[in-house]
Amino acid sequence: MDREIVKKVAHLARLELSESELNAITNKLTLVLQHFEAISQVNTEGVIPLVTPVDIEYRFREDVVEGDISVDEVMQNAPSRQGNLFKVPPVI
Amino acid sequence: MSYQDYECVIGLEIHAQLKTQSKMFSADSTQFEAADNAHTSIVSVGMPGALPTPNRLGVELAIKTGLALGCTIRERSVFARKNYFYPDLPKGYQISQYDEPLCENGRVIYLLDGAKKEVRIVRAHLEEDAGKSVHIGDASLINFNRSGIPLLEVVSAPDMRSPREAAQYAKSLRQILRYIGVCDGNLEEGSMRCDCNISVRKKGETRLGTKVEIKNINSFRFVEKALEYEFERQVTLLHSGQAIVQETRLWDPDKNRTFSMRIKEDADDYRYFPDPDLLPLVVSSSYIEGLKKQLPELPLERFERFQKQYGLPSYDAEILTEEKEIADYFERAVVVCGNPKAVSNWMMTDLMRLLNDQKLDINQCPISSESLGELVQLIDSGTISGKIGKTLINEMWDTGRRPKQIVEEKGLVQISDEKVIEGIIDAVLKDHSHAVAEYRSGKTKSFGFLVGQIMKACKGQANPQKVNELLKKKLES
Repeated sequence: MDREIVKKVAHLARLELSESELNAITNKLTLVLQHFEAISQVNTEGVIPLVTPVDIEYRFREDVVEGDISVDEVMQNAPSRQGNLFKVPPVI
Repeated sequence: MSYQDYECVIGLEIHAQLKTQSKMFSADSTQFEAADNAHTSIVSVGMPGALPTPNRLGVELAIKTGLALGCTIRERSVFARKNYFYPDLPKGYQISQYDEPLCENGRVIYLLDGAKKEVRIVRAHLEEDAGKSVHIGDASLINFNRSGIPLLEVVSAPDMRSPREAAQYAKSLRQILRYIGVCDGNLEEGSMRCDCNISVRKKGETRLGTKVEIKNINSFRFVEKALEYEFERQVTLLHSGQAIVQETRLWDPDKNRTFSMRIKEDADDYRYFPDPDLLPLVVSSSYIEGLKKQLPELPLERFERFQKQYGLPSYDAEILTEEKEIADYFERAVVVCGNPKAVSNWMMTDLMRLLNDQKLDINQCPISSESLGELVQLIDSGTISGKIGKTLINEMWDTGRRPKQIVEEKGLVQISDEKVIEGIIDAVLKDHSHAVAEYRSGKTKSFGFLVGQIMKACKGQANPQKVNELLKKKLES
């Protein structure tokens, strides 16, 4: 695991890391990857990848409108607003 | 430099909003016209701990589309999280499908200038829409009404070689989606959106060039224009020895150009992984078969059948099969009167003009298909003249009444009785003796004038053939 990859992943996750954090996390992630490398030694030929450990019947919802939350409720979570729209720093 | 040395390679990603009442993973409404943030739920605004439940109809419409596009339907597909940060995506990821999409390997066959073209469909997968951001100077404003709306992303292979082909393919796909009733295809309201991938290369080259994605295109005309602009831009760059940057560009319809939006992230950057909140989507083959049986005849098949079965010219067949409802209307009217070409003529001239003038859909047409069939029947049986038919259709439009009823009440029945017609002719000849003299002195133009006067005198009701015959006989006797 090199520092550049860690920097990139941190950027994608919008995390700001200091130099010392970057060093520490690079070391830790290297250990994590080594752990997975060890696991990947296991022969999995013919084994279907496990998407979920719960083997239960699929559940659908019928196409019926219900359970909207009100504008007032949803806007309670807006740190900043303009009318009934969430206002955030400019992003293009 | 010559553009002719280069060719473009185009693939389209079309997002179709599936026609559901509620969202893909929650029960809030998908209605287009709504107040800001009026249609949200704890799922669609991404509250921590809120769990998604898939909409049965959303899955059903996606499968139907896949079937209409000739795709293989995966009986077990997986929802994945596509991770990226943008304020209109409050969860920090979009629920989509990645390596195991619902539909794969289909094709669309469409007509371009009368010739059949084929575009392969790589995949069609289910996903949810994000919210909508509006940018105002110092801030962005977010509305989550769209968040969670079911979308089917239809990804074509890079099979198109000209902007026109691309626009025509997109139109044909829209037509299919509307025929099978899964999407209303309204580009302006965003219920169908088109992203274009385009690269250029020297003719004869088999390797693909670096592709650029163009977003934000909301009409087929702009698909064509944006691609034309982009083709020229890329060729110019290559020709001057510069490299194409892999990026996302936006189409600016006011300035007629594309501009760079951001450097495109690689698929890796989205860190896709199976969504642990959702089980794999499992559908049985019998369920898929059942949906296949519900599919209507598709536009191209119907276009070909209309020519074969009804003997219509391809021009008529194309217009009449453009929308399923128009084709249905036509066929119902033909059942009544048995004269396909006459129904086609009435529909393509008078009916479509009336509909266009009032900006109405065929579904809202005040003249029923049965009434139109009856009108054709009245003319074919000689009950009324074609000329009266023209007046009659306007009256049918205004009142919504059946033509037979109007004809009986107003006494518009065509006069074929020779005695009656002769009486009218005699009166007209008497009033216009100079025209008669002119005709007899060799000015045959007067004949038309006299016919006009006779038709006027009988309010267009006399059988025109008989009028011609009898008038000639009288003038030349």
